[in-house]
Amino acid sequence: MSRPSRLERRKFLKKGALAGAALVGAPAAAAAQGTPTTAAGAGGAATPAAQPAAPLTHAVESAAPADVQVLGDNERAGSDFMIDVFKSLGFEYFFANPGSSFRGLHESLINYGGNTNPELITCCHEESAVAMAHGYFKAAGKPIAVMAHGTVGLQHASMAIYNAWCDRVPVYVILGNHADAAIRRGAEWYHGVQDAAAMVRDYTKWDDFPWSLTHFAESAVRAYQVATTPPMAPVVLVLDGGLQEHPVAKDEPLRVPRLTTPAAPAGERGAIEEAAKLLVAAEQPVFVADRLARTPHGMTLLVELAELLQAGVIDEGSRMNFPSRHPLNQTQRARAAVAEADLIVGLESADFWGTVNAVRDQLHRSTRRLARASARLITITTGDLYIRANYQDFRRLQDVDLAIAADAEATLPALIDAVRRLITGDRQRVFEDRGRTLTQASRAAAEANRIAATYAWDATPISVARLCAEVWAQIRNDDWSLVSSYYSNDQTNWPRRLWNFDQSHQWLGHAGGGGIGYGAPASVGAALANKKDGRLSVAIQTDGDMMYAPGVLWTAAHHKIPLLSVMNNNRQYHQEAMHVQKMCNARNRGVDRGEIGSQLTEPNIDYARLAQSMGIYAEGPIANPADLGPALSRAVAVVKRGEPALIDVVTQVR
Amino acid sequence: MKTTVARVGIVAVAVVALAVSVYAQTSPPATPATATAPAGKVANGGILYKKIGCYQCHANEAQGGLSGPRIGPMVVPYARFAQYLRMPTGEMPPYTSKVLSDQDIADIYAWVSARPKPPAVDTLPQLAR
Repeated sequence: MSRPSRLERRKFLKKGALAGAALVGAPAAAAAQGTPTTAAGAGGAATPAAQPAAPLTHAVESAAPADVQVLGDNERAGSDFMIDVFKSLGFEYFFANPGSSFRGLHESLINYGGNTNPELITCCHEESAVAMAHGYFKAAGKPIAVMAHGTVGLQHASMAIYNAWCDRVPVYVILGNHADAAIRRGAEWYHGVQDAAAMVRDYTKWDDFPWSLTHFAESAVRAYQVATTPPMAPVVLVLDGGLQEHPVAKDEPLRVPRLTTPAAPAGERGAIEEAAKLLVAAEQPVFVADRLARTPHGMTLLVELAELLQAGVIDEGSRMNFPSRHPLNQTQRARAAVAEADLIVGLESADFWGTVNAVRDQLHRSTRRLARASARLITITTGDLYIRANYQDFRRLQDVDLAIAADAEATLPALIDAVRRLITGDRQRVFEDRGRTLTQASRAAAEANRIAATYAWDATPISVARLCAEVWAQIRNDDWSLVSSYYSNDQTNWPRRLWNFDQSHQWLGHAGGGGIGYGAPASVGAALANKKDGRLSVAIQTDGDMMYAPGVLWTAAHHKIPLLSVMNNNRQYHQEAMHVQKMCNARNRGVDRGEIGSQLTEPNIDYARLAQSMGIYAEGPIANPADLGPALSRAVAVVKRGEPALIDVVTQVR
Repeated sequence: MKTTVARVGIVAVAVVALAVSVYAQTSPPATPATATAPAGKVANGGILYKKIGCYQCHANEAQGGLSGPRIGPMVVPYARFAQYLRMPTGEMPPYTSKVLSDQDIADIYAWVSARPKPPAVDTLPQLAR
């Protein structure tokens, strides 16, 4: 018997055929043709169709009586089973801007699934939904699913997916699609696509378009495994509208596969032994950690290894890798530490070449090596296990002395053991001397940062250093989490210079791909993750970023997500202003118009009123630094009551 | 789509001095130590500092930012200041005489030199260790 087409199956179901005949992949009976489509009546399967309310028209009066189309007592929706599978994966939330191509799954989520684990979080833009999921993962360490249309939703979402991919963060993207062209409604033609995931395939790790519910279940679990196995990355699961909406028999033997997350790949033993020898023998080793700490244990391991060797650490900040005030932390004097080192060990470094070299960005660009020519170089990274061709996030190729293709966090325990076995009394004394020197250097850098923050202390607009110092004064005694920060990929930003970061949830890194519009939604997502732990979530929120999709403020208000957003409102796209200014200089034809096109003035944007319009407590604009502390104090009180708050601070550039 | 790929020092734009900083600007060639600052007009220097974008990297009060070190209150002699501005060796782009006169430089130097000294750090509870 040939496999029935989806059109045949749908018409069969539309005629109210017995549920048992509607099994996925089961033979279909012949279907009557030309039955007009009607809305399903409320109630059970045996309830007669409801009469139209009025007014009746000639066309309606002359039409054949509608058949009853509701789920039978012995049936359940395909998307109900999908919810069973998604619940088995432990999703706490689904983020979505609603879309008809996943209406079946949406309904199953809120009714069949009880809108709990996962709970639906209403988003005002698909890019916001994905960025929220990005931020959520970084705070919770668990992926979130995002639902979107396969076409128009995915196109909105694509920038945020790219950010997540560059940041090696798993976001679980579920796309609705209507594959069967024979029964598409009008809008579904715009929302239908042959290969929905194609447009993001260059920056997702895996995708599938399952054809049956059994196929779906395996692909749903596989997608989760693939996404969360280092190197982690977004995945896409395309769900056909028919597969979601078709009833299946309740006794259909559908199985929910068991999720088994593979252990992360650790380094090869011989290579680890070699790395340990080089580390113990080095006079001035330095660790450069970027995406190392994918769990809180990663920071613990790096602290243990650094203290064992009394070696310096540079935290490049894609993750919370090392306590900011640890005496061995050399981040605030990173270039000096690299220049001094005779051994540099990159741990999940996204740009190791950029760590040991520099590009001079002038009219004629040039490069130079920052590290000593004789410095030995080691990398431990999953970057050697995964690379894609089109998008260039892999950076320049750095020749190294030892490359260990492995997950660095999974490799550190063996490396620590190997180092410990090799340490002698003589080397221990060398290490202790080195540790004292590094401690002095890091303390001097920290004190220089405190003093640097005092300059322009009373200036208006408010200096960013003053802003960060005022925020720190308000939160330092709480269990806080900086869920997003301006220019977070620069570790010399003010929070990192002034605040004491010593918990893994206190620093969540950056967007990954450099796409503006990440900060505001990622903050809301991370704050949602922090909510259950009662943490005080704080975002230092840039104005340009906020304006990409400010509707995320409504999401925070609607779902009562406690988040303190402190606007770093410099009224411009500052990064871009500097780039254009640089071109003005390089071309030597006037340097006084560089701000054109990068300013956000005339009119100034009132972020407090923007937030208030969406139900958020807000104050500002605040330009007098003396007003800032009291305003922050009031806002913190609001956040501690479980609601979002925003303080608009007119600031200088960063 | 804009980007925030902001490596240290990529975008130093305006007036850069030789402050000891984390930004690793390359030191300029040695200059005659005898050079003294010409008379500069502080008010005009402040206008120029904003107009030609010095503040973009060095912040509004010349206190320094992520992309440029502190240059005020003044930290280097005028001669080195002027020479570096014309012929920077780090990330800062050059300001030629076509776009900035010697008098303009003197005015800017006067303005950054006149920036107020900050309060003592230990008097600021927000900066307590």
